[in-house]
Amino acid sequence: MGHVYTPGLKVTEYTKVKKRRILPLKGDVVVKVGDKVNPHDVVARTELPGNVDSINATNLLGCDPDDLQYFIKVEMNTPISKGQVIAQNKGIFNTGFFKTQIKMPFDGHIESVSHVTGNVLLRANPIPVEMTAYLEGQVMEVIPNEGVVVEANATFIQGIFGIGGERFGEIAIATPDYNCDLTAELVKEEHRGKIIVCGRRITSEAFKKAIETGVKGIVGGGVDDRDLKEILGEDIGVAITGSEDIATSLIVTEGFGDIPMAERTFELIKKYRGRHASMNGATQIRAGVIRPELVIAQPQPPAGFTEPTEAKVGLEIGSVVRIIRVPYFGVLGEVIDLPPELMVLESGSKARVLRVRFKDGAEAVIPRANVETIET
Amino acid sequence: MSKKPEDIKVILATDCGSTTTKAILIMLQDGEYRLVVRGEAPTTVEAPFEDVTMGVLNAVTEVSELAGRKLVNEDETIMRPTSGTNGTDIYISTSSAGGGLQMMVAGVVRSMTAKSAENAALGAGAIVMDVIASNDKRLAHEQIERIRQLRPDMILLSGGIDGGTVTHVVELAELISAADPKPRLGIGFHLPVIYAGNIDARVNVGEILAEKVDLRIVDNIRPVLEEENLKPAREMIHNLFMEHVMAQAPGYKKLMSWADAPIMPTPGAVGLIMKRVADEEGIQVLGVDIGGATTDVFSVFKNPSYDNHKDENEIDNPKTIFNRTVSANLGMSYSISNVFKETGIANVLRWVPFKMDEVVLRNQVKNKMIRPTTIPQAMETLIFEQALAREALRLAFIQHQNFATTLQGVQKKRTISETFEQADSDTLVNLMGLDILIGSGGVLSHAPKRNQAAMMLLDAFQPQGVTMLAVDSIFMMPQLGVLSTIHPKAATEVFHKDCLIYLGDSISPKGIGKPGQTVGRYKIEMPTGQVIEGELAFGEMKKFPLGIGEKAKLTFDCSRGFDCGEGSGKKIEREIFGGVVGVILDGRGRPLIIPEAEAERVEALTKWLLALEVYPETALKG
Repeated sequence: MGHVYTPGLKVTEYTKVKKRRILPLKGDVVVKVGDKVNPHDVVARTELPGNVDSINATNLLGCDPDDLQYFIKVEMNTPISKGQVIAQNKGIFNTGFFKTQIKMPFDGHIESVSHVTGNVLLRANPIPVEMTAYLEGQVMEVIPNEGVVVEANATFIQGIFGIGGERFGEIAIATPDYNCDLTAELVKEEHRGKIIVCGRRITSEAFKKAIETGVKGIVGGGVDDRDLKEILGEDIGVAITGSEDIATSLIVTEGFGDIPMAERTFELIKKYRGRHASMNGATQIRAGVIRPELVIAQPQPPAGFTEPTEAKVGLEIGSVVRIIRVPYFGVLGEVIDLPPELMVLESGSKARVLRVRFKDGAEAVIPRANVETIET
Repeated sequence: MSKKPEDIKVILATDCGSTTTKAILIMLQDGEYRLVVRGEAPTTVEAPFEDVTMGVLNAVTEVSELAGRKLVNEDETIMRPTSGTNGTDIYISTSSAGGGLQMMVAGVVRSMTAKSAENAALGAGAIVMDVIASNDKRLAHEQIERIRQLRPDMILLSGGIDGGTVTHVVELAELISAADPKPRLGIGFHLPVIYAGNIDARVNVGEILAEKVDLRIVDNIRPVLEEENLKPAREMIHNLFMEHVMAQAPGYKKLMSWADAPIMPTPGAVGLIMKRVADEEGIQVLGVDIGGATTDVFSVFKNPSYDNHKDENEIDNPKTIFNRTVSANLGMSYSISNVFKETGIANVLRWVPFKMDEVVLRNQVKNKMIRPTTIPQAMETLIFEQALAREALRLAFIQHQNFATTLQGVQKKRTISETFEQADSDTLVNLMGLDILIGSGGVLSHAPKRNQAAMMLLDAFQPQGVTMLAVDSIFMMPQLGVLSTIHPKAATEVFHKDCLIYLGDSISPKGIGKPGQTVGRYKIEMPTGQVIEGELAFGEMKKFPLGIGEKAKLTFDCSRGFDCGEGSGKKIEREIFGGVVGVILDGRGRPLIIPEAEAERVEALTKWLLALEVYPETALKG
């Protein structure tokens, strides 16, 4: 069987993968075009402005905003340590007794003093941010002060949905085949620090055990929405993920429910067990779609790899498809007819359809919008 | 645009949406403007194309082929003006591609100046990402963190009436300055900030912000408590949308050079056409557009404090008030899971007349979220999806009712009876006075049967009295909105003749009764001369055929405790209009109460769905 994809989803043994690694704010790029990089290598760094706090100094000191400048004891924009006095009044009746002091709550500096509101804005020291290469590859382009483009030859597998951010680790296969659930017993101590791959559904018990064990990531066919809610502690409302505070990232390749990973995908990943991979669970199903991914660097073309012939575009008689909506969700079939005219579905909607034959010989009419092609 | 309206005979308009670019061709035929054809193509704002005009040209080419009229030049520009049977007199466009217009607003008091700022931004067609207010209970560092975290296209800063608080407004400016926010598009550009607050704080705000942001100053949005002056801020939002947001988006400079009128944010244009139609015809309108990711609700209701002795053009005396809300995460594909999360499974399943398994449904909803282009094949799936739609619409409408209120902070004189009547809310949304309820978006416009759209609208909005139900067939309100700025006649003609599909008048008495109790006696004198008479029982629905453009005379004599607009127990006599569904008598009472007991609920739902021929009888058994 060939590889499975939703239009736009890739499962490829050998391809060029390009990643833009851009800083959130302008900063310094520390590599140059042509440099070889590893996933953990820093390619650019910057400093995010520190957190800000605002203190109403006039209220604390009992003075007018206009007079506040006379009570400030430090220079603006110069480093101040935590606990250092930044403002002080002259005490009761200007006697010097019972002075009120304002101390710096963190290391930083005074950014501004308002003569209108009496607020003093305090800014903490900058927060250093480092951007890593994420891939094992080569720097192809430097965008001055912003970041780089890293390119790698790799096995590239996109999932349909994921959670959690970028992770790196050795690939381990946790289930005997593509049609087997990941249960807690299958998650073992030897999986610590690795990315584990399973066939069918990732159970909540297995996921919890993986977090306890220190597994970097899990890739599987499906997950139950109820389990996902249990793992995250809340329901996912909108498919914009990646920033969850979770130690183990997750990628499902097929969808929600008891749905096995496509056999070809499973076998492809299995072939590279023991190799290191980069993964990212971040998903955004909106304009500017982002799908989760597993990337296994392949500096050289894999043995026996041949360039695929030009991909078939669209459906034709004989195409193998997977149905992605009830009542036949997850079932594979072969296209036996592609009637051009619109047909009325059971729901009463009119849509372009195709006729498929399932493995058991049964036939069904399915809207074309509800199938994914499987290349053979 | 230099062309006079009377010289415009061919109009080409596009709407560049997040996923699809839709083009329509309007032509003057036999003295009236009509839609000729429409076409669509995928939007090309994102990689690998990154040029919005490619999608526009593809959609226009489809229109061109369907109409047999050349509209694109050899050099891939729109052919203008007309030459013989080719070209167009004008080209206009709206856009919500690339996430639309995303704004943050700030004001001193959440329910007053901050609310007015939110109102201005929403009315201009923006998605409001957050509202910062001096009294929003967040600490200064939390507000700063939030401003920094979100990357809006622009910020609208208001606060204080003229001559009022300066300190609080300056504090807000200081927060923005401390956050030093960066625009979403165009690294290195200064973020546009519009200041529309207390005139006395302008200098201070300028001192704080002028260096850090692209500061624009307009008239105060709330010059006195009793007035809201939204126009200058809205116009500035539109200008900045063109200057900054559009100019940064790929291909828009070219698109802007083609267009004969400024490109407007899509929802802003929808608001324009709705307000124009409402004002011209003196009607109250409620519209909803339910998309994959968001649901927009628009309304134009009479201003309860309108003084007909004063000029209606004065800013404090508008005849009607337009409101728009965006429920950013209520939708039927990308956001479907959020609808489920917000309302809960029990609220969704109360609209389904059979049992369904929760685990299976949860997975189905998530699978629709991750594969948003799939369509319901089985009837059971359609019924479930339409149940979800009712909840999405209901939640969006509640949000709208809470937002569309009279100005807060204004001292009001009320009689004792008014105090009791209005105790619960100051909403402008008056369902009894509503004349037309317009639904658009895939789940309503493309429902397999129009009866399903009618039922969804009735269940979600619960109109009272006599209300026309309609759907926007192909969602061309955005294009007509822009068109209304340069050719109002063409816009309203096409709106009535080609844009709306009238479903029919619904008659829904307000009140609660016991099952079987008489809600009222009806008499409908049909155009054929046939007279239909009878009693409407509580909990009963009826439907009578009356086609588009046909009218009948209705007499509805309400029983005590029920009201059709003239008061409890009063009779109404009026003309009613038909549509593709017909005339609907809805005796379920208002507010609509669904029986809680399972057997009663299923029985009631089945009865209603069959009365309106919403689904086939066999499908209701699940």
